[in-house]
Amino acid sequence: MTKNEALFKYVTRIGDNSLILGQRLSEWCGHGPVLEEDIALTNTALDLIGQATSLLKYAGELEGKGRNEDQFAFLRYEHEYLNCLLVELPNTDYAYTLARQFLFDHFNYLMYQELLDTDDKQLAAIAEKSLKEVTYHRRRSSEWMIRLGDGTQESHERIQFALNDIWEYSGELFEADEVDQMMLDAGIGVNLAKIKTEWHKNVAEVLEAATMTKPQDDFMQLGGKNGIHTEYMGYILAEMQYMQRAYPNCEW
Amino acid sequence: MLNKTIEQLEQEFQAKIDAEIKIEPKDWMPDAYRKTLVRQISQHAHSEVVGMLPEGNWISRAPSLRRKAVLLAKVQDEAGHGLYLYSAVETLGTSRDQTIEDLLSGKAKYSSIFNYPALTWADMGAIGWLVDGAAIMNQVALCRASYGPYARAMVRICKEESFHQRQGYEIICTLMKGTDAQRQMAQDAVNRFWWPALMMFGPSDTDSPNSAQSMKWKIKRFSNDDLRQKFVNATVPQAHLIGLTLPDKDLKFNEATGNWEFGEMPWDEFFNVVKGNGPCNKKRLRDRNTAHDNGAWVREAALAHAEKRAERQRKAS
Repeated sequence: MTKNEALFKYVTRIGDNSLILGQRLSEWCGHGPVLEEDIALTNTALDLIGQATSLLKYAGELEGKGRNEDQFAFLRYEHEYLNCLLVELPNTDYAYTLARQFLFDHFNYLMYQELLDTDDKQLAAIAEKSLKEVTYHRRRSSEWMIRLGDGTQESHERIQFALNDIWEYSGELFEADEVDQMMLDAGIGVNLAKIKTEWHKNVAEVLEAATMTKPQDDFMQLGGKNGIHTEYMGYILAEMQYMQRAYPNCEW
Repeated sequence: MLNKTIEQLEQEFQAKIDAEIKIEPKDWMPDAYRKTLVRQISQHAHSEVVGMLPEGNWISRAPSLRRKAVLLAKVQDEAGHGLYLYSAVETLGTSRDQTIEDLLSGKAKYSSIFNYPALTWADMGAIGWLVDGAAIMNQVALCRASYGPYARAMVRICKEESFHQRQGYEIICTLMKGTDAQRQMAQDAVNRFWWPALMMFGPSDTDSPNSAQSMKWKIKRFSNDDLRQKFVNATVPQAHLIGLTLPDKDLKFNEATGNWEFGEMPWDEFFNVVKGNGPCNKKRLRDRNTAHDNGAWVREAALAHAEKRAERQRKAS
């Protein structure tokens, strides 16, 4: 793998995380538990779609096949999407949606914070812009974990159940492979081992305030970062790619 | 105030309206004025919130990242409009919970246009261009409504709506510059939305029982027919400019009046949809109820947590 190939994969992974989570969150639009939450969730979705646009534009350039951000976002095959499995999990209910968001936001925040110092100028610029947004996402989802955890008996049970259920998808965020190692060595990528420690500390603090129990790290599901997804992914893509597949080569 | 008779109060109220002085929440107002406003503003609020559904239906299938982001932002604006308007209703003494309850139970109405399905991507263009375009004609006039909180909410809403209309027209323009399939998609959407958009202005003034009183109270400034004509005059040239036809064989320009004269509107269909028989009436109400019911535990948790926090702060101090 050349450095450019590794960078291409690295940027694609970050971009696909934003794209797929943005897509998932946008499914809530019009169906939130209260209007204010409809607006807030949509805001987060908008930020993520914006980040995905910058990142996938860059990934398309790195790929060197002349694909723009839309062709790259909408016209790949499933195994070419490199997002982690966590972000493709279904919304299920507000507890699952928030638990997923909470785990991801804490990761995304630490990752972008580290990326401020990356040697890759374009990535650094994207990180700087994204960090402001992600800082807010992290605060919001943490506050909701506390509200639900320390709310009613029902909300406590629901959010704890959801968190326990999806915990096995948290490990992939920190699973370093050859791409991560090459990027770390090149001064571009983040040190996943380092942010893993911080992530556990930060997540534990919020869960304590939420009167929740932090699940034990056990077996972790992997695959998304290398294009092997859950069964949910095909349906996300079928919906997301519908127009581009049904009406190829059009301007919209 | 206690010494004044109702007649005196009503005279003073009307004098203020005639002098273009805004009525504010704490001012005396006739019960019928208050009721009319609550009905009208809450219907408007519900229309914003239910209106999120047909467009929300296309966010996950938007054909490009830019279109997805713009559509998300637009639907988000509508949620915001719903919020301002529910607040305006609250200034008249009806709580947001009560207003929403009336929507969910089917007691309150919302604009019938949202009981039509959004079937293709071109519908996102037609809804923005025609539906928001028709709404703006009404709403610009409402910026001068006699009730202060309503008029002020409208000023803010109109700014965003005019952006919505432009983006809708831009979607349609892009389609008309595209392939045959795209042009067909645009024409089909316009064919389906044209008449329902025209009927958004409500029945002809001769058949609109509340119009005269609302005009006197300056809640309404222009008649339904005047606003509809204004909309048709603005929209027909936009359609022709990009090669769209409108589904009205009687449409013709009258040189003498400067108006685009149009044919008979399908009012039977309109009243049928109002009665609940539109393609999506049941689905829209079911979707709102499902969201509300599924969100109950979340709202309860947020309240319970806020109370716990307040209690802890009381104990600490």
